[in-house]
Amino acid sequence: MTRFVVGRIGFYTLIALLLAFFTIPLLWLASAPFTSNPTYEVRMPDFTWENFEIILAHPYALGSLVNSLILAIGSAILVVVLSALAAYALSRVRLPGRDALLYALLLLSSIITGTAAMVPLFQLAIELGLIDSHTGLILIMTGGLLPAAIFMIKDFMDTTPKSYEESARVFGASPLQIVRHVVVPVVRPGLATIAVWTIANVWGNFLMPYLLLSDVEKQPAAVIMYTLYTEGGQANLKVLSTFGLLYSVPVVLMYLFVSKKYGFRFHGGIKR
Amino acid sequence: MALTTSPPDPKALDAAPARGYSSDAAGLGRLRAGAFVAPALALIAVFLVFPALWVIYLGLMNYRLTGIAAAEPGFVGLDNYLKALSDPGFWNSTVLTFQFVLGSAVIGQAVLGFTLAWLMRNRRGTLKSVVEGIVILAWILPSAVVAFLWVALLDRDSGTLNALLGIPGFAWLLDYPMLSIIVFNTWRGTAFSMMLYGAALGNVPPSHLESARLAGASGLQQLRDVVFPHIRGHILTNLLLISLWTFNDFGPFLLTAGGPENKTEILAVYVYKTALQAGDLGYGAAISTIILLINLVVAIFYLRLLRSRK
Repeated sequence: MTRFVVGRIGFYTLIALLLAFFTIPLLWLASAPFTSNPTYEVRMPDFTWENFEIILAHPYALGSLVNSLILAIGSAILVVVLSALAAYALSRVRLPGRDALLYALLLLSSIITGTAAMVPLFQLAIELGLIDSHTGLILIMTGGLLPAAIFMIKDFMDTTPKSYEESARVFGASPLQIVRHVVVPVVRPGLATIAVWTIANVWGNFLMPYLLLSDVEKQPAAVIMYTLYTEGGQANLKVLSTFGLLYSVPVVLMYLFVSKKYGFRFHGGIKR
Repeated sequence: MALTTSPPDPKALDAAPARGYSSDAAGLGRLRAGAFVAPALALIAVFLVFPALWVIYLGLMNYRLTGIAAAEPGFVGLDNYLKALSDPGFWNSTVLTFQFVLGSAVIGQAVLGFTLAWLMRNRRGTLKSVVEGIVILAWILPSAVVAFLWVALLDRDSGTLNALLGIPGFAWLLDYPMLSIIVFNTWRGTAFSMMLYGAALGNVPPSHLESARLAGASGLQQLRDVVFPHIRGHILTNLLLISLWTFNDFGPFLLTAGGPENKTEILAVYVYKTALQAGDLGYGAAISTIILLINLVVAIFYLRLLRSRK
């Protein structure tokens, strides 16, 4: 009995320590935006909305969130459409060299990271005139995310039954009609997963926009956030805390949505 | 781009050869199938494969961002690689990267992730969702935000950590910069290991644990004799993936920018500083090629592991 009690106490102490380790760094983000004069220390907020008014007046804050949105949505559309088309064809038709292609894609997507490719990507963007271009950045990030996306969605398509497509064909539907009206509705959860995964990736990405966008009007929230706390003088904690919160909220909402709808369990990796 | 290394589902590799073919239910045909695949492949070729090949070529040139070598770069063969061998900055970064991967991924994330998964294995309800939710939150928040949260936490004069410990004026980022980014990255990335081990522990047959318990095995003995043999493959997968990601992680730049005095200048930051800040693109490309090769070795090892496990 004593052993049981000691075990319980040990368990809850350990959990409390771990929980503290993971929670304490986050507290500032929850308290400082609602505090009149935030410092680095976490304090009980006095629940003011004043800091949010300052953000509204900030020249780049809201614009950068719009930029993040443009980049995230643009990449998500491209990744979903292109990976779905490719994955469907690869799932249903035995193209020559398919297995080798899939293996190569998997390998490439895991070794060519931003760190390994920042020099050539920067050079490439200069040569193609893609510096300071949202389109260029979207294309570059889409190229990086596509292999993993094709993999995830192909896995999904391999497990969906082909009987619907067969019956649609019997009734004379063209292949494109079948894809649009039969396949897409069936694999919609898979497409939604890919979309959320892409948005989360692009929304949080710092390195690529930092390298490729020098025009402050075009920079997404990740870069503006970094500029706010590294450039010049005393960091404005009112702006930083509130902006950080606004920039984080969409990610948290998306996480809650996904975990409620599909369950945020481990499969293929929804992030990173 | 740091995020292109999504862990592939082991099933994905197995599914292809196992399935029967002639499954072209929509009557797509090879030509249309090719047209479906082409746009994706074109983007991958231009923005992923070509840069990887180009970086090898750039590494053999004396390319610079500005100056004469920018206008007329010359072929210098392996000079950049020889330069790396005798460059103390490169070796400093290599050692720091090793410490960073070992400390924050192999020890920090894997051990903490397993501990969390083990503690939560038989739990349902609020405690489990709160713990998992907070750990996942640290993982999904944008890197620029979490980096600043740690700047605030570790601040010398008014940071929350010093206030809690009662040691105002203790300069974590100046006196223990490497320890700071290791703990930071452990905090940041544990969620993945926690979820992977959580899924792995679900595969350990409860009856085996039960009989071990009845035979009088202690908690640690159960772990060693029942749990670890069952999840050996998951442990290896986990270690390979998080090492690969941590090795390529640019996150510490947001916290310390490589400083103070290059004490946190891991390879990712070193490439950025030599190639894009100092403008030595050729040399930066050579170091990138080395990173690429190390990635390749780890990834091939990982893919072989996936194949052998089916």
